[in-house]
Amino acid sequence: MSSSEDFRATTRDWLEANCPPSIRTPMVQDEIVWGGRNPVFKNPDSKLWLARMAERGWTCPTWPTEYGGGGLDKEESIILSQELRRINARPALTSFGISMLGPVLLEYANHEQKMRYIPGIVRGEIRWCQGYSEPGSGSDLASLSTRAELQGDFYTINGAKVWTSYADKADWIFCLVRTDLEVPKHSGISFILFDMASEGVSTRPIQLISGASVFCETFFDDVKVPAANLVGRLNEGWSIAKRLLQHERTMISSFGLASGQSDRGGTTSTVASLEGAAMHYRGDTDRLSDPVLRDEIAQFKIDSEAFAFTSQRSVEESKQGQGPNATSSMLKNYGCELNKRRYELLLKAIGSQALGWEGEGFADDELQITREWLRSKANSIEGGTSEVQLNVIAKRVLGLPDMLSMTRK
Amino acid sequence: MSLVLSEEQQLLKDAAQNFCQQNSPLTVLRRLRDSKDETGFDEHIWKQMLELGWAGMAIPEAYGGYEFGYGGLGVVLEETGRTLTNSPLISTVLIGATTINELGSENHKQDLLAKIMAGELLVSLALDESTLHKPSSIETRATKISEGFELSGSKTFVLDGHVASKFIVVARTSGDKYSMEGISVFLVDAGAAGLAVTRTWMVDSRNAAKLTLDKVVVAEDALLGELDKGFASLDRVLDIARIGLASEMLGSIQEIFDRTMDYLKHREQFGVLIGSFQGLQHRAATMYSEIELCKSVVRAALSALDNPEKNWDEIAELASIAKAKLSEVFFLASNEGIQMHGGIGMTDEFDIGFFIKRARVAQQFLGDAAFHRDRYATLKNF
Repeated sequence: MSSSEDFRATTRDWLEANCPPSIRTPMVQDEIVWGGRNPVFKNPDSKLWLARMAERGWTCPTWPTEYGGGGLDKEESIILSQELRRINARPALTSFGISMLGPVLLEYANHEQKMRYIPGIVRGEIRWCQGYSEPGSGSDLASLSTRAELQGDFYTINGAKVWTSYADKADWIFCLVRTDLEVPKHSGISFILFDMASEGVSTRPIQLISGASVFCETFFDDVKVPAANLVGRLNEGWSIAKRLLQHERTMISSFGLASGQSDRGGTTSTVASLEGAAMHYRGDTDRLSDPVLRDEIAQFKIDSEAFAFTSQRSVEESKQGQGPNATSSMLKNYGCELNKRRYELLLKAIGSQALGWEGEGFADDELQITREWLRSKANSIEGGTSEVQLNVIAKRVLGLPDMLSMTRK
Repeated sequence: MSLVLSEEQQLLKDAAQNFCQQNSPLTVLRRLRDSKDETGFDEHIWKQMLELGWAGMAIPEAYGGYEFGYGGLGVVLEETGRTLTNSPLISTVLIGATTINELGSENHKQDLLAKIMAGELLVSLALDESTLHKPSSIETRATKISEGFELSGSKTFVLDGHVASKFIVVARTSGDKYSMEGISVFLVDAGAAGLAVTRTWMVDSRNAAKLTLDKVVVAEDALLGELDKGFASLDRVLDIARIGLASEMLGSIQEIFDRTMDYLKHREQFGVLIGSFQGLQHRAATMYSEIELCKSVVRAALSALDNPEKNWDEIAELASIAKAKLSEVFFLASNEGIQMHGGIGMTDEFDIGFFIKRARVAQQFLGDAAFHRDRYATLKNF
């Protein structure tokens, strides 16, 4: 038996013995495990599942064991994810620490910082949020103006962030701050970490068009942060910021991936697949009766499959240990646009039953579609708008000339 | 299933690229077109391709081939697509040899596959009867007679038909016009009495022909595969051909894109390079993304063909995904290629026009995007 077959066999046995049955069912929104100082486990099995997975470092399978990670090589981590998918295991932990912060700490942080922060991410002990966008700095992120001034061993931070996902629930923040006002905008930014419980930090949830309030406004009023919390070099935070955005884009691009036969990840109802929903609401049995919608759904599903192959190819092509590259912009953009198309098609497939807001007359998952459809509109805005992704592709992948540098010296 | 090329496939692709760029650049197609060449492809180049073993790439070793798989033939086709190299690779190798390999008897295979690899036989599939690809809609009739079968009907879009020495004719032996039952496949010699071949000059400067069969008699052993039950096997051949064609289309699409990006980086207007305009950059980035998806589906489909664990339903889906997607993106890229080149893109002197002409023919051949979306939906039971 080869070592990879060996690994597969032992992994399969371990999962068989350790993954509780209730974890092998489709994920429902309010049972997602985010971890943190005050973790919520609506399903008690998910606490057990997190503890077992974290113990082996398998919440972060490829991170070094030194920091609590699984220490798996690329092939092993692919096998692990295949085996997890095989039994429909839910993710043990979902967090911005895993998908965004951890990878850049591994790349840019010093040893002490890695020892201090990474094990807490692996075990889900600290829930992180992202302090990037500001009221005046959206697509032009580098124009951010939240100030950090060094006073002795501390930075004093003043300013405001916006669209901070789950800021009201997070324990710590990774934050972009301006540390030099005298230099061009990209050269005066630093990347710093601090506790959301610090004095002077306040948050206010924003109600969105979907009715949900996962995003917050976050305010910093003379917040004192130890100078040792600055990651990388002073004023060189922009490279870390961009690197983290690549990881964020890779995460968001996965919204475009359908899971198995389902067009909406994790649902098993009649609206799980687009064509199933379209036929169900029309009373069709063997063939979708609306030829125009049938063609549109076929085109969408073909693009989805092509996109899934492209994500898979991108994983195969990236060398071991190497993170995402500029193609993450392509995947992010395409995945988001696909996800938006999916919801527009669901609305067409379901008709007026997908337009309910609340109350009687609608099934729960019909009402959920309405909200998810509205939520999907943010996909092409968050993590850099689709237009910004196209700019990045044009400049970084295709090498097309930069208009600004040609006209503005 | 891997979506990246193996080392051997990459070596073959590099060699094919070298060969095509050196020996059959676009000037060759231009010369064949302008001289109204009788053969329609360059026989010397074809002979060199045969010497390189390209005809035997996907043919089993048992019949003298290299058994290097459709993945091998695919990368070669991708490179010939870049230079728009016209050769019997599609008609005789991708479709002809595959039909014989999938449907033929042991005798057919031993005899005909060797001849194809030796360059002694050009063979072409005579399938379509109307202006659109509808492979089960067959009216050409084959009637059982004492010495074999008698075929009557007409065929169109028969690739390299004017130089083929044998045709693979799809005919109805029973059932009504649209039925998948009752379809049989026959080998017909080009010289057979009652067979008339008319060369058609197509917009892409490749060769096709119209055939009329008037009581053409073939022997019993001209039947390829089972009587009345030829459609399923034929559909498998068509799927292999669709995937191979998609690979050729991928090469052409990438060539359009490279040439267009190059133009955007050199052409100046309003005192700046036009590639600095965001209106063009976003369209270029969109095209790039679509081409990345094309690469992935072509790789997925080719590796499925070489994967013995894949069943034909999966391959049929992949073939329709690939042909639908590549047809859409070839359409997009060929239009954008002309538009982004501006006025010079409209001139015959400039090469980009050859690609839009090839695009429309390749889009339609073996089913356009709408045909394959419909087929995909049917395969997915909706």
